[in-house]
Amino acid sequence: MVEETAAAIPAPPARGTRRLDALVGAAAVEAVLVPVGALVVSLLLFGIFVALAGVSPLRVYGYMIKGSVGSWFSLQNSLTRAAPLILTALCTALPAQVGLMIIGGEGAFVIGGLFAAMAGVALLGAPAPVALLGMAAAGIVAGGLWLALAGALRHWRGVNETISSLLLNYIAIAILNQLVEGLFRDPHSLNKPSSPSISYAHMIGTIPGTEIHWGLVVGIVVCLCAYVLVRHTTIGFAARVTGGNLRAARMVGLPIGRLVMLTCFLGGAAGGLAGMIEIAAVQERASASLIAGYGYTGILVAFLARQNPLAIIPVAILLGGISASGGLLQRDLGLPDAATVVLQGIIFVCILASDSVYGRIPWGGRAAASA
Amino acid sequence: MNAGGISWWIVPLAVLGGAIRVSTPFLFVSLGECITEKSGRINLGLEGTLVMGAMSGYAVSYLSGSPWLGVLAAGLVGVAMGLLHGTICSLPRVNDIAVGIALMLFGVGLADYLGKPFIQPAAPQLPSIDFAWWSTSPDVQNALKINELFLIGVALAPLLVWAFRATRWGLILRIVGESADAARALGYRVIPVRIIATCTGGFLAGIGGSFLSLYYPGAWSERISSGQGITAVALVIFARWNPKLCFYAALLFGGAGALGPSLQSVGIHGGYYLLNAAPYILTLLIMILTCSPKRVLVGAPAELSITK
Repeated sequence: MVEETAAAIPAPPARGTRRLDALVGAAAVEAVLVPVGALVVSLLLFGIFVALAGVSPLRVYGYMIKGSVGSWFSLQNSLTRAAPLILTALCTALPAQVGLMIIGGEGAFVIGGLFAAMAGVALLGAPAPVALLGMAAAGIVAGGLWLALAGALRHWRGVNETISSLLLNYIAIAILNQLVEGLFRDPHSLNKPSSPSISYAHMIGTIPGTEIHWGLVVGIVVCLCAYVLVRHTTIGFAARVTGGNLRAARMVGLPIGRLVMLTCFLGGAAGGLAGMIEIAAVQERASASLIAGYGYTGILVAFLARQNPLAIIPVAILLGGISASGGLLQRDLGLPDAATVVLQGIIFVCILASDSVYGRIPWGGRAAASA
Repeated sequence: MNAGGISWWIVPLAVLGGAIRVSTPFLFVSLGECITEKSGRINLGLEGTLVMGAMSGYAVSYLSGSPWLGVLAAGLVGVAMGLLHGTICSLPRVNDIAVGIALMLFGVGLADYLGKPFIQPAAPQLPSIDFAWWSTSPDVQNALKINELFLIGVALAPLLVWAFRATRWGLILRIVGESADAARALGYRVIPVRIIATCTGGFLAGIGGSFLSLYYPGAWSERISSGQGITAVALVIFARWNPKLCFYAALLFGGAGALGPSLQSVGIHGGYYLLNAAPYILTLLIMILTCSPKRVLVGAPAELSITK
């Protein structure tokens, strides 16, 4: 027990770098093992849950594999669903670096999509690159400012950012509904109010040989950039210091207000970009279909990835796979379509509960320390 | 479409009636959250609890034929959700705000899953008391038809004020919320007190949810609550953790929520969605006006993570 506690505390430098390396190794092992363990536990709990509903858990697991990676079609479906999640996860993960818990991804997504559609309609006659850049800029700026508002309120007014960003989601949805039913409504959209559509020539195509749109590549590139920003730049370091110890950050004179605003803006910008891609690659026009819950699943992706932008990519693909398998579970096993949402909820709860086991796995620390 | 003279005075009346109707879930959730937050924990998962309460209350009312049994079931489901939140948060290094977010998503998803079979059938609804026997106007009668749950909530607010101030339980709750160390030094066990406080909060939030499905709007659907739970959590901050102020704040928010439907009833349709978002905009504005980064909020329990 004594040894284990010692392993959890960073060793003093006098003990040499080998011990430190071992500790870093142990932490890395843990960073993979604990979330994977939590995932396994949540799948087991979900198995019990569906067993109570009278469905064999093994069949459910089988269908989930089949529906997410079992065929070329389902794999493409999973990857397509992962694309927006990669970006909306950044809405939570980037502000988390400065210690803020923002859950406004849905609002940034909706507002970004709405403004991108407006830009697309305004640029109907423009050449494709100009129109696409215009739409992307509109989505990025709108989404970024939307979440920067939550950051600003937190920093200058002390308003809790979790609550304010959630309220901003509802306000964004109200603005979307109001505009597509009123000022920005296409008079031809009769039974389902929506905005005029953007030009077909301005749509984002698919990756050659697949049905997956380019949004996936954009998402991965943005995530890699976010990773470099967070882990390998001075700004990212300053942000993480602020998140780790606010008092120390104040003491060394870091520009906390600017860091808060920057991370919130970039997070919102990623969400807005996701909304723009949804418009330009999938929906063609703004309507209530933008409110698909990508923002909320993104929160889970960020927590499951432990707010690490690099880990977001595989986690988003995993959750894209889970939601892709939902259709099959509904069609072939008769489970309600909310089954995958329940699974997501169970995963979320298990992941948070697993926070308490870090530094407490006896064999993980020992094995790595003796390596 | 009759924007004539007579219909205009209906709007304030409808807002008043609507405020009483719409405020009830706000009132119950905020009183419940008030108890939880007094113990030094914040439960953002009450949004999920509210929806679970709405679903289970409706289902039990439909299956048993008794709406009051539905209310009880909703409360017990709320206790279960509170127990889940309270227990997970008691593990070391687990963040209560994050668990709240998780339980919000979990509760909404689970209610959606379990509530599928209950979307169509009509469940027996809660009765209401008619306070407008003296009037012949249908608008007045409509506005003054008051549900018994609202009256219970009205009685509960001063009762809680008294309980926090004058009872042993209230004192223990406040000690735990103000200083866990002091509570430990006095020999009180912090974690059980917090779990019980979270369960009690869940009980009231569940009842608030049953009001949604059993009285107003009066049917179970997936989108029955869009943020009432989280607005009510913000409302507690606005009300400075004072149950009596929670009551007035709930009425105010209820009035804001009733504004859209009231204007629509007299034929004004413009800005319908924005008016429906009025409670959220109002919450945000109030938080901007009342919060400050410079000082700790008056009345805030010192152990509360949200104000630290």
